[in-house]
Amino acid sequence: MRTLAALGALLAALLVAGPLIPSWLVFLLTVAFAKALVVLGLLVMMRAGLVSFGQGLYYGLGAYAAGLATNFLGITDALALVALGGLVSAIAGYVLGLVMVRYREIFFAMLSLALSMILYGILVRSVALGSTDGFNLPQPSFFGFSVNGPAGRLLVYALTVVMATGTAMMLHRFINSPAGVVGEAILTNEIRVEYLGTSVTSVLHLTYVIGATTAGLGGALIAIAAGHIDPDLAYWTTSGEFVFVAILSGIGHVAAPLLGMAVFEAIRSFAFQYSPYTWQMVVGISMLAVILFLPSGLWSLFAQRRRARGAA
Amino acid sequence: MNAPLIATRGLYKRFGAVVAVDNVTVEIAPGETVGIIGANGAGKTTFVNIVTGYLKPDEGAILFGGVDITPMSPREVTRLGIRRSFQMAQLFPNLSVRDNVLVALACAEQARPTPTTILRTPARLTQANRILARLDIEDFADRLTPELPQGQRKLLDIALAMVGRSAVLLLDEPTSGISADEKLQLMDLVMRAVAAEGAAVLFVEHDMEVVERYAPRVIAFYEGRVIADGAPAVVLVDADVRRYVVGAQLHRRVEGVRT
Repeated sequence: MRTLAALGALLAALLVAGPLIPSWLVFLLTVAFAKALVVLGLLVMMRAGLVSFGQGLYYGLGAYAAGLATNFLGITDALALVALGGLVSAIAGYVLGLVMVRYREIFFAMLSLALSMILYGILVRSVALGSTDGFNLPQPSFFGFSVNGPAGRLLVYALTVVMATGTAMMLHRFINSPAGVVGEAILTNEIRVEYLGTSVTSVLHLTYVIGATTAGLGGALIAIAAGHIDPDLAYWTTSGEFVFVAILSGIGHVAAPLLGMAVFEAIRSFAFQYSPYTWQMVVGISMLAVILFLPSGLWSLFAQRRRARGAA
Repeated sequence: MNAPLIATRGLYKRFGAVVAVDNVTVEIAPGETVGIIGANGAGKTTFVNIVTGYLKPDEGAILFGGVDITPMSPREVTRLGIRRSFQMAQLFPNLSVRDNVLVALACAEQARPTPTTILRTPARLTQANRILARLDIEDFADRLTPELPQGQRKLLDIALAMVGRSAVLLLDEPTSGISADEKLQLMDLVMRAVAAEGAAVLFVEHDMEVVERYAPRVIAFYEGRVIADGAPAVVLVDADVRRYVVGAQLHRRVEGVRT
């Protein structure tokens, strides 16, 4: 209950702050929360032991579903595009998940990476889909009204923060559900779960589809927010970034990816601005610092404080 | 004898050159308590693994209430009410002791746990706490399972097996690694809970004192074969059993002292 209330408060604060903060920050937060959706799905997957180095597959699929629907079908409604992105990735995740949940650990990680690189290869080589350049998306409409300029960007921001915090709330419920906790049990003892009468495969498959769906939603949102899609969305470094942020954030709480992705995007933006040639190093050093000092991720700062308060 | 609840027909299992289970045919009646004895490597655990669907026999069949369950997976077998515990406690070390029980409760309720309801409902928490209180480990409820003492880990492992309805309970060395005076306590606790449910119990056991005390019927294994099956008063004094099972144990104990 406390988590839901806190996320609700965060959402309200973000919505109120939207028109007050500078436009570069609006864009930074839009990108951060769109990507945080992918990390939220990854959080749920990693809690059940599914560390995917290929979430770019579903991120890219979601983005291309939105982009192609705009350019070839003339759909510009933002909500419809996001729903489509999520749906396409969910269906792809359902089908591929049937195979993927048979694999574990490094085999799962590498196979997911391979699948995402197949999509990347297809996108790069197909001229009809824009090849390496990708293509641009026009500004989206909302319920039949096209809103241009800063107001339109604010609406995309609002949609993104609503989607991200809403998903965080739903996944908070999921990780406290029978399926969510059994997923954690699967992480350490699959055989015992089977011997308690429950299907490991069905829980992992569900978890995998959730991860695919949130990645698709995030991809569609990033396509709308950036107004551009290209094959890099499915490239392995993009997937790696999601794992990076999941570790940076910690997987103990659904608010962690929201915080972690915002911090990551901020570090990257400033690092890129002040040292365009060494920004990766700055990001790498930040990661090292987190691993050394906060092995359970940024979120442990909050968790520790709460525990200390509880003990007092 | 009543119609058997669970019966094996000519079970045969070979690992390479070793015949682990050799033509084993046994019948267990509903509510019966059976002790399984045998030296290490006699095929006791393999037998349990075959009956619960983890291993498939090379030949033979397992019947449950007259139905052939040989091809079923451990999950399907478990859902029929054939539940087991493990020689080495099989717990979820990343979860608290209470969550271990809650997972077992959730699994017993549904083969596919729901993603949209809350696991830790007041009703389930009460149920879990009651189970922990019965095992006398409620003080550990919020700790992770590796923090539990060995005996309590075994107890929790057995408790996980007993969550949900069971028709047959297979306990693989329930008292191994437990101090002598705690053994009887543990078995008393388990047998009382089982009696309330009316489930049949098969327990693999090395301690003949425990076997004699709790099992009205004993099955002795030697090199994969059943060499004796009957009341402990008969089986435990059987010449073969004394030579291959009880004697072997004595021999091992002497060796253990020497090393």
